[in-house]
Amino acid sequence: MTRARPDAVIVGGGHNGLVNAAYLARAGLNVLVLERRHVLGGAAVTEEVFPGFRYCVCSYVVSLLRPEIIRDLDLARHGLEILPLESTFTPLPDGDHLVRWADHDRTRQEIHRHSHRDAEAYDEFGRLMVQLAMAVKPVLEMAPPDPASWRPRNLASMARLAGHFRGLGAEKLAALVKLMTMSSADFLDEWFETEALKATMSASGIIGTFLGPRSPGTAYVLLHHYMGEIDGAFRAWGFARGGTGAVSEAIASAARGFGARVRTEAPVERILTRGGRAVGVLLASGEEIEAPIVVSGVDPKRTFLDLLEPEDLPRDFVDAIRRFRIRGSSGKVNLALAGAPSFTALPGDGAHLRGAISISPTVEYLERAYDDAKYGAFSKRPYMDIVLPSMIDPGMAPPGRHVMSIFVQYAPYELDGGWNDARREAFGDAVIDTLCEYAPDLSDLILHRQVLTPADMEETFGLTGGNIFHGELSLHQLFFLRPAPGWADYRTPIANLYLCGSGAHPGGGVCGAPGRLAAARILRDRRR
Amino acid sequence: MSPRHDVIVVGAGHNGLACAAYLARAGLRVLVVERREVLGGAAVTEESVPGFRFDSCAHRTGGLQPTLIRDLGLARHGLELRRPDPPVFVPTRDGAPLLIWTDPARTAGEIRRRSPADAERWSRFGMAARPAVRFLAQVRRMVPPDVPMEASRDLRALLGLLARLRYLGRRELGEVLRLLPMSAAELLDEWFESEPLRGVLAAPAVTGFFQGPRAAGTAYHLLGSLSPGPEVLRPTELVVGGTGRLTAALASAAQASGAEIRTGAEVGQIRTADGSATGVALVDGEEIAARRVVSNADPRRTFLQLVPPEALDPAFVRQVGHIRMRGAGAKVNLGLAELPRFTGAEGEPGLLAGLIRISPGLDHLEMAYDDAKYGGISRSPVLEAVLPSLTDSSLAPPGRHVMSVYVQYAPLDLREGAWDGARRDALGDLVVRTLAEYAPGFERSVLHRQVISPADLEETYGLSGGCAAHGEMALDQLFFMRPVPGWARYRTPVRGLYLCGAGAHPGGGVSAIPGTNAARAVLRDARREG
Amino acid sequence: MCLKRMEAPLLRGTPLHPRTSQLCQAQNWRRWAGYVVAGSYELLHEREYFAIRTTAALIDVSPLYKYQVTGPDAERFLNRLIPRDVERCAVHQVLYTPWCDDAGKVIDDGTVARLDPDAFRLTSGEPNLRWLQDVAAGLAVTIGDISESLAALALQGPASREILQRLSDASLADLRFFRLTHALVAGIPTTITRTGYTGDLGYELWVEPDQAIPLWDRLTDAGAGYGLLPAGMLALDVARIEAGLPLIDVDYIPSNKALIEQQKSSPYELDLGWTVRLDKGPFVGRQALVAEEARGPAWRFTGLEVAWDSIEGLYAELGLPPALPLTAWRVSVPVYSKGEQVGYATSGCWSPILKRYIALAHLRSAWAEPGTELEMEVTVEHRRRRAAVRVVRKPFFDPPRKRALPGAEGVRGVSGSAPASGAPSGAGDAG
Repeated sequence: MTRARPDAVIVGGGHNGLVNAAYLARAGLNVLVLERRHVLGGAAVTEEVFPGFRYCVCSYVVSLLRPEIIRDLDLARHGLEILPLESTFTPLPDGDHLVRWADHDRTRQEIHRHSHRDAEAYDEFGRLMVQLAMAVKPVLEMAPPDPASWRPRNLASMARLAGHFRGLGAEKLAALVKLMTMSSADFLDEWFETEALKATMSASGIIGTFLGPRSPGTAYVLLHHYMGEIDGAFRAWGFARGGTGAVSEAIASAARGFGARVRTEAPVERILTRGGRAVGVLLASGEEIEAPIVVSGVDPKRTFLDLLEPEDLPRDFVDAIRRFRIRGSSGKVNLALAGAPSFTALPGDGAHLRGAISISPTVEYLERAYDDAKYGAFSKRPYMDIVLPSMIDPGMAPPGRHVMSIFVQYAPYELDGGWNDARREAFGDAVIDTLCEYAPDLSDLILHRQVLTPADMEETFGLTGGNIFHGELSLHQLFFLRPAPGWADYRTPIANLYLCGSGAHPGGGVCGAPGRLAAARILRDRRR
Repeated sequence: MSPRHDVIVVGAGHNGLACAAYLARAGLRVLVVERREVLGGAAVTEESVPGFRFDSCAHRTGGLQPTLIRDLGLARHGLELRRPDPPVFVPTRDGAPLLIWTDPARTAGEIRRRSPADAERWSRFGMAARPAVRFLAQVRRMVPPDVPMEASRDLRALLGLLARLRYLGRRELGEVLRLLPMSAAELLDEWFESEPLRGVLAAPAVTGFFQGPRAAGTAYHLLGSLSPGPEVLRPTELVVGGTGRLTAALASAAQASGAEIRTGAEVGQIRTADGSATGVALVDGEEIAARRVVSNADPRRTFLQLVPPEALDPAFVRQVGHIRMRGAGAKVNLGLAELPRFTGAEGEPGLLAGLIRISPGLDHLEMAYDDAKYGGISRSPVLEAVLPSLTDSSLAPPGRHVMSVYVQYAPLDLREGAWDGARRDALGDLVVRTLAEYAPGFERSVLHRQVISPADLEETYGLSGGCAAHGEMALDQLFFMRPVPGWARYRTPVRGLYLCGAGAHPGGGVSAIPGTNAARAVLRDARREG
Repeated sequence: MCLKRMEAPLLRGTPLHPRTSQLCQAQNWRRWAGYVVAGSYELLHEREYFAIRTTAALIDVSPLYKYQVTGPDAERFLNRLIPRDVERCAVHQVLYTPWCDDAGKVIDDGTVARLDPDAFRLTSGEPNLRWLQDVAAGLAVTIGDISESLAALALQGPASREILQRLSDASLADLRFFRLTHALVAGIPTTITRTGYTGDLGYELWVEPDQAIPLWDRLTDAGAGYGLLPAGMLALDVARIEAGLPLIDVDYIPSNKALIEQQKSSPYELDLGWTVRLDKGPFVGRQALVAEEARGPAWRFTGLEVAWDSIEGLYAELGLPPALPLTAWRVSVPVYSKGEQVGYATSGCWSPILKRYIALAHLRSAWAEPGTELEMEVTVEHRRRRAAVRVVRKPFFDPPRKRALPGAEGVRGVSGSAPASGAPSGAGDAG
């Protein structure tokens, strides 16, 4: 079917590309999304890799999907149903456990079992986090200003930002500075004494980073757990019925509803430019598609170093993109199980299996896992964040059977000697062996196992370095520095070429914010 | 009856003495009380072995301000500084040492043998970092503004600095903001490939800091070790006669202006009444009244031990308790029969007059930290050594030498055991053995050995946690967050009580800036309140 | 899978739970500090309420937080913690007190019982271990959280003394208001404090958890002839409002839980100024309270009495009989003066004994004088209306028996309750 020349082509049908497409189409643009693979969603896909079992192949929980996107695009009407994760269960090697439940009293009682002081501190900590989440929310929702720019709009934006932070008051501002600069372990040490609690909380600070819980700069991710509370959401962490792919499907459906076209198996080979302006794309098939606006949902390295000629870009900028750090640090193991596993620490298939299961007994455990990765090995005993999607949505597996989604850290992209089949299996074995220390019956339940290394993620999902966030979330790669100083406003040195993926502010996770903010930027530029 | 003293300074470290000197010079009646019999705190030179005078703790200056030397006329009081060239000598196991010269071109020549690419980048690196280095040098000198920013002279000063940076060009401001939270490893990854060079540049980024070079915020320290001038690395500055000579000069300047200094006078409590400091009580029971008290002790000792608990808000005390003060290193002082024979420097003692750094690489440094992270002493530690007797031969008997070695990492809290004699000896052995790897036969030249463990730093020199910086120089413990948020302007919740030590901005190192800035705060209040 | 019976209960029961759960016919359970406790034992809580006021009631108050404070600096510690003067607290005396943060805002309130010169027991509504340990920094004192190792039963009501005396080996005749004694009650070692949350004659009994059920049973037996009943939280809530006693998280937000400044209250603003001894030496919050005392508090915490005619009128307009709340309410309700909001009521109820509709309210000081005529929002048949209310002194109900010794009863007359301005409220123990 031939249609009029699109107003905008979007490279990559990941969730951010789709969000971007939906917003542009909603504004009346003729939008075309080009996805390399046969499925939409990028890293947010559900695939039936093993018959009858649907894996959330890569990303697996919906934590930060912006509620305004769900509202704006009416995603519920397009089939999105986010079910709450009920708990975070940390089994411990000594047979004890720590569970944080959705119910406040129950959580307090559980923490109290480990430490009276911590049970109290947990509430106060939660309040501080809510206050800080409120402080940070406007920052996540804005396109970052460039502190070095003198344009009036920028200065106004900076002034608003300064006013916002001043308005917080000394105490909260100091807490925010601490949160932004400290390690999650140090930050939590100020509050808690229970190792399992500190470890499980700090684990959220290291997900997707190449840092350990004792590395400064990991504390601020702790906030993300509290973002949901101030968005009016009942709970921060959820699981999309049908898997993460259902999120992408719903967004795609919304985009189509607004008139966007979506083509799969249409890999883009080049972004075409003329006189410093983007004019379209060239597909691997040789087909050229002209469009006055090109939006890239792929990561900055791939966008600027692969899809463009370096000569098209200023040297400074190319240098900045080259040094943009994008080392993947995690892998994924998906299992098809004959039944629900039973953990020694809390046997049976109770409510604790309907939430996240965290293998994070102590901060030192996590730190040692990081030590392995620092020197080019995968963690012998890794940190794992596990979900059993079929416990929440039985449709994910045949009746009585289960799928298990295991996020594993650390698995460095740059493995000593490089990744190959043997090392992939060794990595998978390390994961299963470690997990079997907590759930011995697991190994007998496994019907099928899929192991994804960072190299596989690069290969399959086009994530450079296998980095799930399109660039490490370290302090000097955030906000107005993401992906490069002066280019955090979704624009690029190529006129009419925009970034809308996680490589742009505010970064990774299935949150959709970069896609939405980029769309706002494009629409504003177009009006001018 | 008005007390005999306007101000009592608790502790005669270099900051306490600098503060006392400034206050006395302004006409205040100042009394300095020092617990030990010797002055200087951690900036002290002691004849621990007959004939050998060791810099017990600090063995070089760090950002000592020319204005201080001028204001107090320290040269008249016997201060003499030296800046050896090369400032840093890096012995390597493969034979040829790496020499960092003051002249960047000459240094590039040294580097070229290891990596032509690195050699080519040496000067560019210095140039690229310079705006940030200059900016930070200015920030170090200033009094941190109140946060959230209230209109004040100090805030205007900070905004002025930022504006100046902005005028340099669009890139500089962004670049400075990008560099500050980085790790040394990330910064070095962007510039250099040669491990010996990366190791030696990363070492000062973690010196005295319980972090490895991959920790965010270490780039800030790396920048602090660079020069605002053309020489890339900041010059190594040594005090002729040992660091103790600096404190002696400061004490002499203070006394010349009328300050009284008492040693062997340990303060047991800082007295308060109705939220104000009223003097001190010595442990022997003597009460000394004063309108103001300035503490050169670290914040933990000051607020958790010296100030009575009733005078403080429990929430403030909690914050003080949270200050991380994990000492990272220990000192090994050696009396030598002869100069060490570092391969490649035989017969050229001039090469050894600056810092001798043993830090073979970034990963090596990180692994050294890994050991400490889990409560162990680095199996392969990082060393920063000085041979003060090359600058002043009177420090050792004729023909002999003293060598001062700072060794990192050596945590105070060991997972196994404690800092007993055996542990100290083991550390001494480790240091000598490590040096001998680079200077064959070194172990045979060691006549005397003094090991100052982190436990000794705490016990003898009063450094809580063995932390020489009075609080780790982590990003969250700097500037307006130092020592705790809201109290970064040298004043404390107790009216008339001030902090003048390294626990206040800008922190550790023999800079005397906290002491100078604290004196300014005291004087401003004294003028206003009488 | 999820339909299987849960092995562990979701929330804790108190040490008395096995007994109270047998008795709780209404299956009306409430949460209190992470425990489940009976809301009411019968379908209506009315009889339980009247037991408190006319005979005697037995209430499980075990979820209270309890801390043991011991050591040579125990008195110094408490003097630092609370605004009252602990030096003047005799051994076996109990103090009611709030405690504040450094800004003089109330963190919690509770009782301090002096067991020995160097040993105290502190009760509180919310967990406080962290704060207590912070305040203890630098002092030679040990804080033990004994919340779970001590059960608590409240025996409240006019007949409580007689019932308890039947079982106790210690004479209660001379146990004064806000004093304690150690005794064997039915052979069970018990600490008896003459305290309570009802504003009536009553005692609180502190025992080892495994003794709680035997003690409950013996008291139930002994009280059978007196009309003793178990009472739940609904009845207690009415009683404490009548007594004018503030409830944490309902009538005020503890300062360490507040998200914004204006959610915090000082002791003066909670009408607890009588507990603040500014002249006793430094304590946490003193400086701020000195300043507040000088300028006068911005808010007051007072009683409101709803004008019956006004309520009746509002309903009558619609042809309806007046509807009254069946239980005490705990939602914040605006209070107006001539159309301008001047405060808010935080709890209220129909007082069955006074036959009055009463409420506890925070009012701007200018409108807090007793006798001031104001209006309170009420919802009448889906519509927001304003009922006439009058500011009155707390406590609403204050029988002389609360603080009297036997034989002295009635001497002071029926209405000898109203304390002079600034004097203790119902729980008051100003001694």
